[in-house]
Amino acid sequence: MSHNENTQGLLSELRQQTGQNAARCYQCGKCSAGCPMAQEMSLRPHDIMRAIASGHEQRLFEGDSIWLCLTCETCTARCPNECDPARVIDFLREKALAKNPKKAPRPIRAFHKAFIRQIRTHGRVYEMGLIADYKLSGGALFQDVSAAPGMMARGKLALMPSTIDGIADVRRIVDACLAKSHGDHGEEA
Amino acid sequence: MKIGYFPGCSLHSTGREFNESLRLFAPAIGLELEEIKDWNCCGATSAHATNHLLSIALPARSLALAEEQGMSEVLAPCAACYSRLRTASVELRENPSLQKEVSEVLERPIAATAEVRSISEVLSRMTADIRGAVVQPLAGLKLACYYGCLLVRPPKIASFEDSEMPTSLEGIVSACGAEAVHWDRKLDCCGGGMSLSRTGSVIRLGRSIVSDAQKAGAHAIVVACPMCHSNLDFRQRAMLKGQEGEVVPVLYITQIVGLALGLEPEKLGLRRHFVKTAPFIQRITTVPATAQEA
Amino acid sequence: MSRIGVFVCHCGENIARTVDTAAVAQECGKLPGVIHSVDYKYMCSDPGQLMVKQAIAEHKLTGVVVAACSPHMHEKTFRRATAGAGLNPFLCEMANVREHCSWIHESRTAATEKAIDATRMIVEKVKRNAPLSPIHIPVTRRALVIGGGIAGIQAALDIADGGREVVLVEKEPSIGGHMSQLSETFPTLDCSQCILTPRMVEAFQHPRIKLYTYSEVESVDGYIGNFKVTIRKKARSVDEANCNGCGACQAVCPNKKIPSEFDAGLGKRSAIYVPFPQAVPNIPVIDRERCSYFRAKAKGSTKVVCGKCAEACGKGAVHFDQQDTLVTEDVGAIVVATGYRLYDIGKDQDSELLKGYGEYGYGTVPDVIDGMQFERLASASGPTAGKILRPSDGKEPTSVVFLQCIGSRDPSKGIEYCSKICCMYVAKHTMLYKHKVHHGQATVFYMDIRAAGKGYDEFTRRAIEEDGARYVRGRVSRLYRDGEVIKILGFDTLSGEPIEMDADMVVLATAMRPQAGMAELAQKLSVSYDKHGFINEAHPKLRPVETNTAGVFVAGACQSPRDIPDSVAMASATASKILGLLSNEQLEREPTVARVDESTCSACFHCERVCAYGAVEHKDIRDRSGNLVRVVASVNKGVCQGCGTCLATCPSKSLELDGFTDAQIHAAIMAF
Repeated sequence: MSHNENTQGLLSELRQQTGQNAARCYQCGKCSAGCPMAQEMSLRPHDIMRAIASGHEQRLFEGDSIWLCLTCETCTARCPNECDPARVIDFLREKALAKNPKKAPRPIRAFHKAFIRQIRTHGRVYEMGLIADYKLSGGALFQDVSAAPGMMARGKLALMPSTIDGIADVRRIVDACLAKSHGDHGEEA
Repeated sequence: MKIGYFPGCSLHSTGREFNESLRLFAPAIGLELEEIKDWNCCGATSAHATNHLLSIALPARSLALAEEQGMSEVLAPCAACYSRLRTASVELRENPSLQKEVSEVLERPIAATAEVRSISEVLSRMTADIRGAVVQPLAGLKLACYYGCLLVRPPKIASFEDSEMPTSLEGIVSACGAEAVHWDRKLDCCGGGMSLSRTGSVIRLGRSIVSDAQKAGAHAIVVACPMCHSNLDFRQRAMLKGQEGEVVPVLYITQIVGLALGLEPEKLGLRRHFVKTAPFIQRITTVPATAQEA
Repeated sequence: MSRIGVFVCHCGENIARTVDTAAVAQECGKLPGVIHSVDYKYMCSDPGQLMVKQAIAEHKLTGVVVAACSPHMHEKTFRRATAGAGLNPFLCEMANVREHCSWIHESRTAATEKAIDATRMIVEKVKRNAPLSPIHIPVTRRALVIGGGIAGIQAALDIADGGREVVLVEKEPSIGGHMSQLSETFPTLDCSQCILTPRMVEAFQHPRIKLYTYSEVESVDGYIGNFKVTIRKKARSVDEANCNGCGACQAVCPNKKIPSEFDAGLGKRSAIYVPFPQAVPNIPVIDRERCSYFRAKAKGSTKVVCGKCAEACGKGAVHFDQQDTLVTEDVGAIVVATGYRLYDIGKDQDSELLKGYGEYGYGTVPDVIDGMQFERLASASGPTAGKILRPSDGKEPTSVVFLQCIGSRDPSKGIEYCSKICCMYVAKHTMLYKHKVHHGQATVFYMDIRAAGKGYDEFTRRAIEEDGARYVRGRVSRLYRDGEVIKILGFDTLSGEPIEMDADMVVLATAMRPQAGMAELAQKLSVSYDKHGFINEAHPKLRPVETNTAGVFVAGACQSPRDIPDSVAMASATASKILGLLSNEQLEREPTVARVDESTCSACFHCERVCAYGAVEHKDIRDRSGNLVRVVASVNKGVCQGCGTCLATCPSKSLELDGFTDAQIHAAIMAF
């Protein structure tokens, strides 16, 4: 690993877009100590903060660590130094998708894609449609298949989607946001 | 009390008993729910995990509608919806440039004046009304109140109560006459957001939560989030595979209140659960009246 | 006719880079009244000062203008040089062409013009300067020390040994402070009480130290050399003159279940009590909040419910009706040595931010204690006689976890600073634990080991290498009670592994904070303090023991977290400053103070009302036979700070500020 990488690129981009300063992290590890997914991640929350601060951009987008974050916000709630790792990870996921969508783990990517597509189509999410779409676009095809009858029997799955009146509105909002996927709201002037 | 109502997508499908039970008992405690007309999905996990602007703009549309419809407070029972709506409202208020951009995307003004409330906040404000309306005190029932993540975190957003030692759900169940047990995992994440996409992790996380509730002697786990519910309920069998101990029914806080108010378990949606609730219901109805008085 | 000399400094490149100093000298040389004008690389250097002196002699100068840096920097230097050449120093002034000019401008032309303007203004002012002589004020040659911990004791002893009287005020019933509670001290592991108590006794018996315990500073008037301090002696309910410290009263007190402050809540005391056996003075005090006699009285009962202590006292020294008394003391200097308190992670806090640490149960989890409580457990004089036993069930813990930086380096709690002593005392605690519980395992969660000090790093290494303390670099996310043990969820950032472990006892190294009530005390003394309540020193490097108020000094942990060696060093430094101050019978002060024209003063006393320093007094004007003719305002030169507020408010323009008269200021403005 070269140590001549520019630490400013991602660090300042993060700061500009989210107001978060990864250089602030003093690596106490309290975030990773409380992270429910830490044992499954190759880069734990404090590693992620460190990788940004030292400009190891590639490392961040290589594995699936950023995709394993559940956004349970435990890290952010307990950070003694007022960092917001959960927000930082959201930023990285957005950036990863913009860079190369294929890098995200397939089931997770498929889920998010199906979810947003549901919103775009109906304005609301209908689980039946969501599950079908998710499975078709790359989620585990046979996982939980046996659950569907149970769900149905309990009246938990609406079969027929109904669409909201303002669907045109929602569609426009989704398209506009996806088009300008990089906002600039980090620090106010 | 009249309040704007944002049921959210889950409350129409997997979490429909959350909606049904709330609507069923609300009149009895004088809670009037006025649904935001034509609300849309908050975007939940997928929007904020992939597109920050979208994660603000989607809830902002519903908040703008609430404003247009004259609502000053909005109840979002689903913890995820609550978190997304409240995050949007906080960020929009704090960041004028974001407010401008979102308003352009929405093509309608958004001031984020409506206060977003969680179910635990609204019900704990009404514990006196609940206590007054109880006809079937849940005496002798031990309940493990489960907050999970978004009801209390991050503290800046879910600022209603202490993020590390919340007590609102305990207050509500004790108003219903039940006993809230002390347990350690009430703030742990159950992994609900990845229930579909990373089931193995979710089972690991859920197992420690359910086991801890068992250890604490809880007769049921009480939740206020459809994702936590479907996760802990639907996947409990997998979570407890090879483990000792009885299954623990998972009930919405609104179902608990409904039971205490003497409403029929069936109408409160208790039959919709995967973990059988019949033994639990039995426990309530067999509590002798004298014990209830004490 | 004025004969002014102008001296333009390059300040190396600092000024000359942006200002054409030669041009400034040349232009200023053409000004009326200026008969000598030169520029030089370093005016403040010896050759530079010599140039000034020689020019004064050679050209018979009547005024000197140095165009250089801020007067804060070198006014004293050049006035000394001026005086050295036989000219009144107040006829020398500086034009600031560095901070106000070269450092803040880019254009050389504009900066040069501005430098000429600034110098010309000062030239016009100096033409109207009058010779002034320093003011002499008398000095009360004794000192007040507030706080009887190790810093206060050291300062008091040093000053008293230096021959000056000291008034030592301590708010607790005994002197000794936190050091008296400690078991052993790093890095030598010598017994804290063994080295402290002789000093306490020495302070008590010193002929030049007047000790007020159980007393607080009520108010402070006056100024350097002349403070008048009112001290509230809180009612002890015990006559200090008669009590012989026999302890009979404590023995009979029925209320013995009160958590002892000295034992950090781990031991018990009675309602009438001496905080600890070696207390100085060894005189008890009645805790009126807890004594049943006073509680009944407070509730309005007329029945005497108890009086056992008074009955037991052979000397008749217990006085239930004793009242607080106020005494005044005149001193010339004051030392603030009020020490620190430990951050208590409980929910009851004076700010919202500090209420954090719910993830550690807000300190309500049994067997989670703080560093001071561990000191008491380890202390031979402590509640367990030096055995390490956990509070909940008295069992010997076989695994103790120490958490560092609890509240320190924690901006989310509003405390960004490092508390400095915790790394060392935690290392000490692991050693004491290992020495007492051989099979025990100490684990320390830390962020950085900060062990700068003589023998300090060696000490922490010894804890790790010889005494087997396990150091884990990482903070703990959460701890909670699980049956008999405390579950710890941490992370080892060096190995990259999450850590889940059980402990029998947890010790929190909580942040050092200033004592409660520091803001009030600082306001009484007119000294500034930071946002945490630590007293600000006058200059962080060059005036570390002075405050921004002349005559008020600071020592120990009330200025910033510090350990015993540092506190003692600081206290001795303070004592040496005070002995210097008190070595004079008179003090010299700058004569730039306000002066009243008594002939025009109409005695409206607006000036008195606006003066922030209370410097304006009423003066009677009498005729030759002593009859009062009228009253006028008069400025006490010892108190006046020369701020000029009175001038601005005087309707009859009867006030002038020497060195900054209206005529001088007008002339300067008109020269622009």
